[in-house]
Amino acid sequence: MATTWLERRRSRIDGLAQGRSLGAEALRRLRRNPVAITGAVIIGAFVIVAVLAPLLAPHGAAEAFPELQENLRPGRIPGPQEGFPLGSDQLGRDFLSRMILAARQTLLVGVLATLIGLVIGLVIGTLAGAFGGWVDTLLMRVTDVLLAIPSLLLAISVAALAASPSQTTVIIAVSAVAVPIFARLLRGSMLAQRESDHVVAATALGVKRRAVVLRHMLPNAVGPVIVQATLTLATAILDAAALSFLGLGDADPGRAEWGLMLAQAQAYLDVRPALALYPAIAIIVVALGFTLLGESLREALDPKGRR
Amino acid sequence: MLRFVVRRLLQVVPTLLLLSILVFAWLRNLPGGPAVALLGDRATPERVAQLNALYGLDDPLPVQYGKFLGRAASGDFGTSSITGEPVLAEIARALPATLELSIAALAIAVALGIPLGYLAAVNRGRSLDVSTVIGTLVGVAVPVFFLGYVLKAVFAVELGWFPPSGRQTVGLDATNVTGFAVLDGVLTREWDASLDALSHLVLPAVALATIPLAVIVRITRASVLDVLDSDFVRTANSKGLTPATVRGRHVLRNALLPVSTVIGLQVGLLLAGAVLTERVFVWGGLGTLLADAITLRDYPRLQAILLLGALIYIVVNLLVDISYAVIDPRVRL
Repeated sequence: MATTWLERRRSRIDGLAQGRSLGAEALRRLRRNPVAITGAVIIGAFVIVAVLAPLLAPHGAAEAFPELQENLRPGRIPGPQEGFPLGSDQLGRDFLSRMILAARQTLLVGVLATLIGLVIGLVIGTLAGAFGGWVDTLLMRVTDVLLAIPSLLLAISVAALAASPSQTTVIIAVSAVAVPIFARLLRGSMLAQRESDHVVAATALGVKRRAVVLRHMLPNAVGPVIVQATLTLATAILDAAALSFLGLGDADPGRAEWGLMLAQAQAYLDVRPALALYPAIAIIVVALGFTLLGESLREALDPKGRR
Repeated sequence: MLRFVVRRLLQVVPTLLLLSILVFAWLRNLPGGPAVALLGDRATPERVAQLNALYGLDDPLPVQYGKFLGRAASGDFGTSSITGEPVLAEIARALPATLELSIAALAIAVALGIPLGYLAAVNRGRSLDVSTVIGTLVGVAVPVFFLGYVLKAVFAVELGWFPPSGRQTVGLDATNVTGFAVLDGVLTREWDASLDALSHLVLPAVALATIPLAVIVRITRASVLDVLDSDFVRTANSKGLTPATVRGRHVLRNALLPVSTVIGLQVGLLLAGAVLTERVFVWGGLGTLLADAITLRDYPRLQAILLLGALIYIVVNLLVDISYAVIDPRVRL
């Protein structure tokens, strides 16, 4: 039994690594699970809107309209009207277009942050798990320190490094939180497989170590990583929103991204709450979609069966 | 037991050392170095050199690190570039506010989370269970600061049940003893001050409690389900013990062990959530200090709060480990 909190936090991540590969059985269980289908539908719709955003949005994200701007007063932001179904934002731009275009930027931030975290974590975890020994000890020590910092504080410290915040700094900061988690997860998967029959067999057959790691071990570690990546997409979008709220978000005023829009709308809550409400609902629904899918994936891959 | 505690304490040291190196390297890596960050637009090569000499920034890096470590160990984190005050004094003043908020939130999360998780597990698959699980999933997906604004808009502005912001009503004559507003009122028997502080505490504490609550519910549920499946529960049932006895003495006791660990891990969430919640409710604690430090790029303060945040997280979890060993003798093996 693991004895320290850090060991337990580690072993929880390691435990995720025990899942079997994404087999037909898991897929079958997924397809019968209404929770998984709900999640998949939400994410499917989100991705379609994000991809087709420039076609769906009637106007540009940074495009301001004189007819909206002339009705902007302190304490008044024009509401829904002809040609602008959701009304104006705080700068006289079409709120509907910005909501649609923001789907793309939000997906971009979430996916890039997760991918960067995944790739770096993958490299660290594979090295540690494949080689073991001092490489493993060294890499895991550093990973543990990162795990010992509360995640948002870690994101804040990384984001605050940059002289001026931008989309890139947000993505890097959010991905920094994911790196240690992916690294531990991959290491656990690799360690579990080092002793397994197919790896021992491959080594005995004289397959080169590099090929054993890359072709025999890594592909089998993919299942739990997909689960974690799906869940990370949800937290990445939420963390990016939190960074925006703290003033560490993208500084480009023309950019439309839900977290950013939500953060900027806080100043106009009394005037037009919809400016905060719609991006917030969009974030909640999308984060929920990724969580639902991720949790049901984990459930489907869990060898202990349904929980 | 003592050896166990000492060993755990020793394991904290390398983590803290590595963390201090990270924080140290972090400040060194600021664009243009700390001197430029401190001077901002007023940076000229002469002034940068002057400042570097003043703060020992022209020493070799290992020497600088040694000095940094020495000062940090004695509690000297420099002075805030916003207020010019020693950072540690600022933190000491703000800490009670954040602790009060976090403790209240944790109390809510534990008091609601364990019964809810237990009830969900016992009613597995029924509507109570399903709705609880859905609730936890939604709870985690809501941005904390947005929830704060919604609570504020509904319960403070619309309904007027609670004050919208701050820790105490302005102009209230309350004696400050410990810095914990509710406790101070009790200590000085100024009951109205206690009540006032409590009513200010409700909304931010609820906002901050949601994510830990969701996590605790889910872990309790999973853990109770695990125990319900175990052999000793089947044995207890087949011995003919009443369901109440089985659940109280066998299920709950064993199920709560993993939950206690998770409660320790929530401290990290609380610290991070406090940064967001405090900003919404103008709470004036550590989170507010941190948020201002971010906006105005106050690096000494930022550094100290981040280091302190991680330290609190590590120490609390160490305490959880030790209490765990007290509860469960198997851990000491």
